[in-house]
Amino acid sequence: MSAHVVPVKTYVGVFLALMVLTGLTTGVAFIDLHAWNTPVALAIAVVKMVLVVLFFMHVKYSPGLTKMVIVAGFFFLALLVAFTLADELTRVWSPQVHGWSILLPVLPGWF
Amino acid sequence: MSTTVIAEIPGHQLPSEERVNYLTVDHSVKSWLLTHDHKRIALLYLVSITLMFFVGGFFAVLMRLNLIEPTGLVAPETYNKLFSMHGIIMVFFFLVPSIPATLGNFLVPMMIGARDLAFPRINLLSWYIYIIGAAFTMYAVISGGVDTGWTFYTPYSSTFSHSQVIPAAVGVFVTGFSSILTGLNFIVTIHKMRAPGLTWFRLPLFIWAMYATSVIFILGTPVIAITLFLLGLERLLHIGIFDPAIGGDPILFQHMFWFYSHPAVYIMILPGMGVMSELITAFSRKRIFGYTFVAFSSLAIAVISFLVWGHHMFVTGQSVYAGLIFSVLSFMVAIPSAIKVFNWTATLYKGSISYEAPMLYALGFIGLFTMGGLTGLFLASLATDVHLNGTYFIVAHFHYIMVGGAVMAYLGGLHFWWPKITGRLYPDGWARFAALVIFVGFNLTFFPQFVLGYLGMPRRYAVYPSEFQVLNVMSSAGASILGVGYIIPLVYFIWSFKYGPIAGPNPWGAKGLEWTTPSPPPTENFEEVPIVTEQAYNYAGTSESAHG
Amino acid sequence: MGDMATHNAHHAQHEAFQHQFEDMEQQRGAGTFGMWVFLAQEIMFFGGIFAAYIVYRALYHDSFEIGSNLLNVKFGAANTVVLIASSLTMALAIHAAQIGKKGKTQVMYLLLTVLLGVIFLAVKFTFEWTADYHEHLIPGFGFVVRPEWGHSGYHVPMFFSFYFFMTGLHALHMIVGIPIILVIATMAWRNRFNEVYYAPLEMVGLYWHFVDIVWIFLFPLLYLVGGRYLSIGGH
Repeated sequence: MSAHVVPVKTYVGVFLALMVLTGLTTGVAFIDLHAWNTPVALAIAVVKMVLVVLFFMHVKYSPGLTKMVIVAGFFFLALLVAFTLADELTRVWSPQVHGWSILLPVLPGWF
Repeated sequence: MSTTVIAEIPGHQLPSEERVNYLTVDHSVKSWLLTHDHKRIALLYLVSITLMFFVGGFFAVLMRLNLIEPTGLVAPETYNKLFSMHGIIMVFFFLVPSIPATLGNFLVPMMIGARDLAFPRINLLSWYIYIIGAAFTMYAVISGGVDTGWTFYTPYSSTFSHSQVIPAAVGVFVTGFSSILTGLNFIVTIHKMRAPGLTWFRLPLFIWAMYATSVIFILGTPVIAITLFLLGLERLLHIGIFDPAIGGDPILFQHMFWFYSHPAVYIMILPGMGVMSELITAFSRKRIFGYTFVAFSSLAIAVISFLVWGHHMFVTGQSVYAGLIFSVLSFMVAIPSAIKVFNWTATLYKGSISYEAPMLYALGFIGLFTMGGLTGLFLASLATDVHLNGTYFIVAHFHYIMVGGAVMAYLGGLHFWWPKITGRLYPDGWARFAALVIFVGFNLTFFPQFVLGYLGMPRRYAVYPSEFQVLNVMSSAGASILGVGYIIPLVYFIWSFKYGPIAGPNPWGAKGLEWTTPSPPPTENFEEVPIVTEQAYNYAGTSESAHG
Repeated sequence: MGDMATHNAHHAQHEAFQHQFEDMEQQRGAGTFGMWVFLAQEIMFFGGIFAAYIVYRALYHDSFEIGSNLLNVKFGAANTVVLIASSLTMALAIHAAQIGKKGKTQVMYLLLTVLLGVIFLAVKFTFEWTADYHEHLIPGFGFVVRPEWGHSGYHVPMFFSFYFFMTGLHALHMIVGIPIILVIATMAWRNRFNEVYYAPLEMVGLYWHFVDIVWIFLFPLLYLVGGRYLSIGGH
């Protein structure tokens, strides 16, 4: 078997990091960061995911093809989200009767 | 076996009575139902898919009968069920699996020099999953039918329809997993099990097409699965995420539905394009023109197909801005398809062309697919789509591609590889006749529908204004001719199993690893693992030598 | 490459060898790659409902905040710890096989994984969901819109629809995964896996880690919307 063996120390280290991050995300949620709460929580979740993917799932030691498959999955999911939001969030921007105002989205108009 | 020595002489084949092949190795029912052999599984699929084709076709016959009369012959509620059942069965149970599960399953390992797919048991499982999904859908049919259209739009499907939405949705959901497993098998097989020397750019273009199709299977099908799952839950629990009463958006359902269903139409045509590359080269005895372009076009189609789904929603309430983006991208997705058509045509140029049945289907494909594709551009353009959406123009557009394109490619492929699959030749005279009947019947059925749509006849209507009757009667007449055209191959293919002339290993003199094996092949495909040293389609005539 | 006879002779050794492959290395590579392709499909499967969630959260943010604040963060966080721990034990089970530890060690880690998974499900179903039912927070099962939610209360059922659908789908994946781990544990008990052959362990591990990752996103997205500061008097 040519697969790389990850040492137990690494696994335990990653686990502890994940515990810290879990505590961090829970704690930060109780601090009012206004609009930043969500991006911070998501960023922490992404870091946790990357740790699980690279170490628990051995992707750090896996062929590039594996990494491509993972990237492809997330990329197409991003397309689904982005293009759907492109519709859902711009409906209140529908053009007014006067032709020129088609270029003026109604800014705080989305609720 | 003492006869193995003779079997290893290339091109020579023992009389079939003396040779054990994948068909004769075991005749028991159990050996078929529990087989791991990709070739037997392909035949299991062939039988099931053919059955579903005729069931779906039966609904089409009823629809066209109804449309002979402007006042209709069946109640509108019944008509709604007819077009829904026709669409669901034809899309999910015929077109999506057709080439991949039959020709793909049979040929992918053979074309790459492998003994089987990567996961033979998962292959068998995929067939059983297909059967279970088909059973749910047949239950929906016989217990009253579905009337939501194959598109299952909410809130009608989630709240108001009194038809068998849940069994039908379950059937489609289940069958989706059959596709996913097939796609998974193909991707792993093509990546990991190519014969020595078979680099990516020496692969037959059919393999590139199956690979691109499989990428769409993996990335698209799960989205419709979760969408139908949510639809089913909403219908069952009377609350859910598409329910306007709690702020749900019916358009969101459409986004999620079409995110799969648009790439699905490319699942339906890409394999046919793969078959086309094989047929055009074999029957012009020439290398494909622009191999790299055709290969990358397949991948480009797979990727761009995921960027255009909103063109099904231009008039349903989607924002104009999203519409603009989807419109531009929809024009772009036509480009790789056009590149392929140019390349096939250039392959024909100065080729040594012969007109056996597979080639007739291939030539028909080029013309009809091009027409279908071009009419798609009218629909990609926002302004014209406002007029044409919801009319018979759309119906004609997609039938030109699905029937004039995909089904003709499927038939062409079946005819081309039939000798390899069965070891028998079909009667080419009858086959050419049937191809012509199909071509004439098809155009008579669907060309009038372009005119009807342009004139404003809505689709999915059981009745229509009387001034449209002539065109509708023409279309129905064409449908009956088309139906006859489909029955002829059914008859002679079945006939050929027992009475067809024995085929040699390579009756067409075609290039490709599958043609180096006996017809029918032994279970393990190859006596020795082949080593590949030449490009694909290494025919004597090349595009370069044709000019030089 | 050799003919069929030699081919079979070379590979008569490993009992798990499948004939369509050339050698065990190709078989392992194909199996692992196949599981990754399956996980890509799972990304899109869960991704579909995540996408819908993102849309409605963008449209009805206030309602989603209200709903989120009604969930029990302690249980959610505890479950997150439990599930990540189960990923650790799963990784250790594979590690045990990779370094040739006896089957019993692998089985111990696998059973720990299952135990932690069961604890997760028990907390979810018997503590969280049961409480939600009694508080009339399950749409379709006696949901009551509370006046203190104000005019945003109208869309709170939408949040809870997502909560139950998403955590339910996740739980379903665990319910499917646990018996599979037990089957693998039975094979491990019979010393099927060692440093030469542990592919099935690896593949099940990948699946289980994926389920963990889904929860890593579900926890902040469902339990921590808009900050929990609302529950301690924030605006």
